[in-house]
Amino acid sequence: MAEEQRVILEYADKIDPKKADDYIKVGGYKGLEKARSMDRKALIDEVKKSGLRGRGGAGFNAGMKWSFVPIKDEDRYVVCNFDEGEPGTYKDRIICEKNAQALLEGMAICGAAIASKQGYIYCRGEYPFVVKMLREAIKSAKDSGALGDFDIEVRMGAGAYVCGEETALIESIEGHRGEPRFKPPFPGVAGLWAQPTVVNNVETFACLPYIMTNGADWFAGIGAAKYPGTKVLTLTGDVENATYFEVPTNYMLRDVVYKLGGGVKGGKKFKAVQVGGTSGAFIPEQNLDTQIDFDSMSAIGAALGSGAVFVMDETRDIVDIVTRISKFFEHESCGKCNPCREGTWRCREIMEKINAGKASQKDIDNLMLLSRVMKNAALCGLGQAAPIPIDSTLEHFGYEYSRKIV
Amino acid sequence: MTNSIGELGTDATAIFLIGTNTTENHPVIGYKIKKNVRENGAKLVVADPRRIDLAEMADVYMQFRPGTDVALLNGMMNVIINEGLMDKEFVENRTEGFEAVKQVVEKYTPEMVSVITGVPAEDIKKAARIYAEAEAGSLCYAMGLTQHTTGTDNVKSACNLAMLTGNLGRPGTGVNPLRGQNNVQGACDMGALPVSYPAYQAVSADANREKFEQAWGVKLSPNNGCTLTAAINKAHHGELKGLYVLGENPVLSDPDSHHVIEALEKLDLLIVQDIFLTETAQLADVVLPGVTWAEKDGTFSNTERRVQRVRKAVSSPGDARQDWEILVDMTNRLGYACSYDSPEDIFEEIRKVTPSYAGITYARIDQTGLHWPCPNEEHPGTPILHAEKFSRGLGLFHAIEFQEAFELPDEEYPLILSTGRSLFHYHTGTMTRKAVALDVHQPENVVQVSPNKAAELGIIDGEKVRLTTRRGSIELKAQVTDILNDQVVFTFFHFSEASANVLTQAEKLDPVAGIPEYKVCAARLEKIV
Amino acid sequence: MLKLTINGQEIEVPKGTMLLSACQQAGADIPTFCYDPDLKLAGSCRMCVVEVEGRRNLLASCVTPCENNMVVSTESDRTTEARKVILELLLARHKVECMTCEKVGMCKLQDYCYRYGVKDSRFAGEKGHFAMEDPNPFIERDYDKCIMCTRCVRACEEITGAQAINVKERGHHAKISTIFDGKLADSTCVFCGQCIMVCPVGALTSKVSMGKGRSMEYDRVLTTCTYCGTGCTLELNVKDDQVVGVTSNRDATYSPVNKGALCVKGRFGWDFIHSPERLTTPLIKENGQFRPASWEEAMDFAANKLKAIKEKDGPDSIAMFSSARVTNEENYLAQKMMRAAIGTNNVDHCARL
Repeated sequence: MAEEQRVILEYADKIDPKKADDYIKVGGYKGLEKARSMDRKALIDEVKKSGLRGRGGAGFNAGMKWSFVPIKDEDRYVVCNFDEGEPGTYKDRIICEKNAQALLEGMAICGAAIASKQGYIYCRGEYPFVVKMLREAIKSAKDSGALGDFDIEVRMGAGAYVCGEETALIESIEGHRGEPRFKPPFPGVAGLWAQPTVVNNVETFACLPYIMTNGADWFAGIGAAKYPGTKVLTLTGDVENATYFEVPTNYMLRDVVYKLGGGVKGGKKFKAVQVGGTSGAFIPEQNLDTQIDFDSMSAIGAALGSGAVFVMDETRDIVDIVTRISKFFEHESCGKCNPCREGTWRCREIMEKINAGKASQKDIDNLMLLSRVMKNAALCGLGQAAPIPIDSTLEHFGYEYSRKIV
Repeated sequence: MTNSIGELGTDATAIFLIGTNTTENHPVIGYKIKKNVRENGAKLVVADPRRIDLAEMADVYMQFRPGTDVALLNGMMNVIINEGLMDKEFVENRTEGFEAVKQVVEKYTPEMVSVITGVPAEDIKKAARIYAEAEAGSLCYAMGLTQHTTGTDNVKSACNLAMLTGNLGRPGTGVNPLRGQNNVQGACDMGALPVSYPAYQAVSADANREKFEQAWGVKLSPNNGCTLTAAINKAHHGELKGLYVLGENPVLSDPDSHHVIEALEKLDLLIVQDIFLTETAQLADVVLPGVTWAEKDGTFSNTERRVQRVRKAVSSPGDARQDWEILVDMTNRLGYACSYDSPEDIFEEIRKVTPSYAGITYARIDQTGLHWPCPNEEHPGTPILHAEKFSRGLGLFHAIEFQEAFELPDEEYPLILSTGRSLFHYHTGTMTRKAVALDVHQPENVVQVSPNKAAELGIIDGEKVRLTTRRGSIELKAQVTDILNDQVVFTFFHFSEASANVLTQAEKLDPVAGIPEYKVCAARLEKIV
Repeated sequence: MLKLTINGQEIEVPKGTMLLSACQQAGADIPTFCYDPDLKLAGSCRMCVVEVEGRRNLLASCVTPCENNMVVSTESDRTTEARKVILELLLARHKVECMTCEKVGMCKLQDYCYRYGVKDSRFAGEKGHFAMEDPNPFIERDYDKCIMCTRCVRACEEITGAQAINVKERGHHAKISTIFDGKLADSTCVFCGQCIMVCPVGALTSKVSMGKGRSMEYDRVLTTCTYCGTGCTLELNVKDDQVVGVTSNRDATYSPVNKGALCVKGRFGWDFIHSPERLTTPLIKENGQFRPASWEEAMDFAANKLKAIKEKDGPDSIAMFSSARVTNEENYLAQKMMRAAIGTNNVDHCARL
């Protein structure tokens, strides 16, 4: 299997995503219609049955998440996480630019499932042009009557990576500092304005219309059994075809690099690939024969995450790359919890020391200790995941560190 | 207070503040109000001539003309009666005299009151509704309500409002005077009043007098004594010859300082017992050095009637002597023999003659104080008064007509001067002016004036100006602030260098309470050229 | 009720109980920096992490609700490792100035470093640069000692309602700041010092007490404030028969009115006690000038004159101003003296002023 399988992006560049009518002509908003005709519980069961799991990184079963939302006499919110801050990731932008109406329809389907009338899209601050487009798309969808009484508002982030974390995102929508909350309570119980809230990624929502129109079984039959469906990947780095693709989730990582990606640029030798964004593990040659689905990636200590695929050729200095990554996390730590605020700072210091050839084995030991404590004790995913690139490179590319140790 | 302080933070669902700048003068009570409003959504109504800190978070803020309290409160009652918001059951079962009030307030329509007070009629209505419709409405006031020639009327009107809405006797309700001094409640409880023995037992009642004659083994005078302000006047007229001042500073705290100084100078004997050589002590014939609260044991009773311990922490300086020992010594020298081993020994005697304190012992209040009335040692104290019935049985309404303040602005003195306290100082500054950090932070007096008025007078912020009334004149810095309107100026009375009470009037006091009208007198503000 | 096993001991707690409280009930002493029972939870210092069987990560016990059948270990190798590393990370940023620090003896950082044997930091590198001059006379702000627990921020907002400070910047540049990072005097600060009360380290201290004595050197005497009528309880800090500061007890049993909260006067307005201007001897005025006198002489002088006035002009020609600032016992004696010894009801005090 070496072909793309386009579901979300089937009509990319063939319809105007701003126009609800264009979308309706190719079968759009049928899914929402069906969802609304269903009993809430049946709808959630259908989504559960499809096996759809979150496309933002954590891979939680979407229908399951929705089923936790208590339906009481209070408001509920549907929030779309479009704070696409992972360096090298732009699949949510592509989905919006090519098929914004599917996102809106997916959010409305979620609204039907949890009896919510209000959605928010939290958009990355660096995407002002997408915000403009989204607002037009929303207007068109509202005008066409397709969304019914479901309203969607677009809120912009202000450049904080941590706001991709769902509770920090909620804080930011509320107008507070973008800092994560402790969990529980989970947003499903007390989220935006302390009301039950479902937060899903753009891609997760965009899958929903197709699940509703084609049926849960159809979706469950695509790709890997435990993480079915398709995944939009974005290829960057030393690869011939640095662009985006939509593939079934049982696609092999080696095929991503060599078939879709066209192999390493300039005919150089492959060194490593980092999947899932900045906090992803570095995967060496010997692990390339792995499916990209969530569980297969976990099994090799990596993560599918956002679906960013960053390819590095033989000339790349792994320690230098990881030093840059550690600077990124130092910069993006929100500063709330001790392990992350102080830990990302000291990680960067030690990485720079190693990179400058001034470190000893003791520094490596300290780095590993720090990494372990950050994973064990940091408040949110940012601090817990920040040391993954360090750990995975120490494991697979230890020789590159050794070369720089005094 | 009829209710306890804690209820303002937890139980009250609406709080009506009139004449109290709570966050400055009772900061810790202010914290509780803020927390209740912010975290529990309690409604807040603030009536004050200055847009104080709490006004910023109020649901309704009424910036009324100083001295028009009765009109404002009558206006609120008018709305409550006309809109059917009164607590009929409470009024019928627990009170008497309502019909007379109803008749009087009938003409105080919001529109008419608006003209008197300067508060928009709509705000009066909103405020009335919030307080009347509250599940538990607490009314709090301080000297802003009481320091008027109509002070007693003002308080009675506040009580009318509380009774009309049934906001009494339950948690989070009550008529709650926030008392300004640490032991003003206790001083009253102990009978440091010209008309009553401890626990408000009237000296004029034979039964009370007999009781104390028996307890003290001596004949007692049946005549009411004279109030502090009357005593100054009597000294002025030469009727009073000897005055013993214990821990007070009337030169700074009493109205019309020139008048006070003249009076004190006329005395044959002025004894002052204090910790510093205060402005009053400087006029004394003999000065007796007492000790600070850090150097003594005893009890204070706070504004919610909670009796709490004061403990000796350090020795007193030089020959300064325990105040209780000085008083016992003096009493003996005056020919009445008495002796006590300790403050606790004195408290044991207090319990015997003060029914409301009878159940309180030092052992019981070692950790947590107790609210009086506490009639016996098994009694848990009484945080909420008037739960079942009022002390007189039925609550009595008083029909009260609005009267203007004594000295209104005119052409010569076109402004209304109000005086009060700052967060950073206390009373006559005897203590706080010698607390270095406080005095560094706020070293001098200011007069607050609105931006418009300042511009009209050519005054800039921080400039030294002259503030004058018919009594005298002081020079102080101007603080230009938009918290007051163009007709009102405000100054503090902590500073002897620019003492506010040089300006206030002692001519007309509240006829019942004898309280001076510190919140209204006519004044003139001038640029110094 | 939920059943849990904590350090091998089975306990039952009601639903909704946080793990920290359950662990404390089981007798475990869990270190905390950001936790404060009166403030909203932050869950940020991560010192209170515990190990729960079946959980991949350590859990911050202060923000984790108990669940049935949890098996919890509060001092496992993993928790100890995490706490030590957190302490080392904080030491790496902290200005270690224990020789002269006001907070010695009451410093949680110091206490926990002692408990976990943390002498210095393996992560020592660049220090924080948060020091600032704030000329206010009350609160010393030394943010080079700050450990970012944010208790001051929460106390300022939740206890006092001043909202004068918050966190500014992010990551390790994050610091406690007023709006626009200015002086406290230019903010909504009311100098209540609640921030000092809750600060677990030496970052916030009282300027009035500076250099006068540290917690192990002074005794605390519980008493009632001498200023307004609220009746807050506070603790006078006494060293060598001198008041050197004011602290407060936050337990409602000892502080029923204020639960430890004070205002600027209560917390910082105590030093008049030892003012050199205090009266230390009786004074008698002669020819318009005061001269020191013995107690015997002064009392005799006053008593004789009072007796003479009483004899000549009657008891009602004498009055007394008692005081709203002295104790109940003294007020009682004052009125009794006037009524029983002089024979007049001319006694009043400044209740109206």
